[in-house]
Amino acid sequence: MSWLAATAAGLVVLPLLLIFAFLLWQGASAVNVDFFTHLPKPVGEVGGGMANAIVGTLILLILAAILGLPIGILGGLYLAESRDRRLPWVARFLADVLNGVPSIVVGIFAYTVIVLPMRRFSALAGGFALAVIMLPIVVRTSEELVRLVPASLREAGLALGIPEWKVLLRVVLATARAGIITGVMVAIARVAGETAPLLFTAFGNRFWHQGLDQPIAALPLQIFAYAIAPYDDWHRQAWAGALVLIGLVFVVSFAARVVTSGRFTGVR
Amino acid sequence: MAVVAVPRVDTQAAPRNVGDQILRLVLRAAAMSLVLLVLAMVVAMLHAAWPAMRAFGWRFLASSTWDPVAEQFGAIPFVYGTLVSSLLALLIAVPLGIGAAIYLAELAPAWIRPPIAFLVELVAAVPSVIYGLWGIFVLAPLLRVWVQPVLGTTLGFLPLFQGPPYGVGMLAAGIILAIMIVPYITAVSREVLLAVPTSQREAALALGATRWETTRIAVLRYGRSGLVGAILLGLGRALGETMAVTMVIGNRPEVALSLFAPGYTMASVIANEFAEATSDLYLAALIEIGLLLFVVTVVVNAVARLLVWSVGGPVKAVRE
Repeated sequence: MSWLAATAAGLVVLPLLLIFAFLLWQGASAVNVDFFTHLPKPVGEVGGGMANAIVGTLILLILAAILGLPIGILGGLYLAESRDRRLPWVARFLADVLNGVPSIVVGIFAYTVIVLPMRRFSALAGGFALAVIMLPIVVRTSEELVRLVPASLREAGLALGIPEWKVLLRVVLATARAGIITGVMVAIARVAGETAPLLFTAFGNRFWHQGLDQPIAALPLQIFAYAIAPYDDWHRQAWAGALVLIGLVFVVSFAARVVTSGRFTGVR
Repeated sequence: MAVVAVPRVDTQAAPRNVGDQILRLVLRAAAMSLVLLVLAMVVAMLHAAWPAMRAFGWRFLASSTWDPVAEQFGAIPFVYGTLVSSLLALLIAVPLGIGAAIYLAELAPAWIRPPIAFLVELVAAVPSVIYGLWGIFVLAPLLRVWVQPVLGTTLGFLPLFQGPPYGVGMLAAGIILAIMIVPYITAVSREVLLAVPTSQREAALALGATRWETTRIAVLRYGRSGLVGAILLGLGRALGETMAVTMVIGNRPEVALSLFAPGYTMASVIANEFAEATSDLYLAALIEIGLLLFVVTVVVNAVARLLVWSVGGPVKAVRE
């Protein structure tokens, strides 16, 4: 039976290798300097790049981080530290449930609360949608990492007569900082590839970004649009975009892994 | 007789410091915002879906007509497509995921566990749209040229495997979904198995059980509810997965028995038609589908969490 289980484990990671091989094979030939520096060419013209989409994705991620990180980290600190009775349980439960809500549903939510009142698709709506997706991940990761801070540090601070709020912010949070930064990076990597919630919030754009209240391009959106289009050159660029996107995601995940394993060997 | 004042130990004592009070308020507000966010989602979507709910009532769930021109909307084809593709995915992913988890938690040599666990995490980190891209250009042609003709000639007497091999369709969607949810099932099951107390294993071993018998009797049975939770978490993912499915399922709002036929899911109809919905009623109908998806996934996830927590406890809960 052991070899059966080992085969299963092999089959679970096999698609990763297959997909990665295809990405390298198809994408590497299409990634060039133009890809990173040029706007998409009009339909029918060969060449061009996805520079606007790369910039757009970065802008969306920064927006999402500004909106989602402070609440997420403070929420995590609350879950780890609070002695309240019901709220921590409810919040933890809702965070996990929210984590399971399909991202497209989050897109609809962002559409109803931001796009409809503003009467246009916008970068802001896209950033908000990504922030909502990011929030539960950041909350739970921060909670876990704050819990790892030894109680003796806390006690030492309190014994010195430092008020609790200062101990929490300057000792506990500062100790957990490296881990929380990693958790944040993982969360960002996770939302960087999100496509569904951007379809009708950020909407996509074939030009450079024109302000946060305007539709904005994003790498995953562009990959999707190019993949289902009937042009070979666009398919090639879709593979290139996918290679860049997965490179971004993997580098962040891997960096996070290295940082974490160096600092807290007992995290997982 | 001197009376000694015993200091009152009270963990709920109000903080004396103003800073403490402020921080407590801020932290509580951050946690409350999670609660408010979920409530706001429910309210906003109910509000936006209301026109469709008023116009169609329960017929929405019982009709298979999806005709934007005549403004007749029924959710049956999408519910059917979502259920069939997700069940197909579970059929493939559950044995693989649980098997891999058993390997990682019980059987594998210690040095091999971290790299494989890391690879499994990476499978989960690949963006959905990339699975879709791979599905369109690699999986679908593979199915069309090799797998479907073979299935059609050998098992073609079953209605499941009849019809022309398009490549894209329910089968492709199920396979892509299986690939995407298997890392979740593996990761959560592994955590569940690791949470099983060592004394369980020792007891079985002491009774003379082999390693496999120990796993089966002492570990799997103990962690049963958690494993069911892991499967439900995978199901929750599959139900709501959007991009990859949209790219390979064929997007035809019909109920067809054959796995070769194109289908449509709740998530993919939203992805395809939302930005192009021409009338308010059309948009409301799509949002109602989204609401339905929301409710179903919340219920599935809530049950799954409670089951997983029942083995490991909520604090060391699983990170995805």
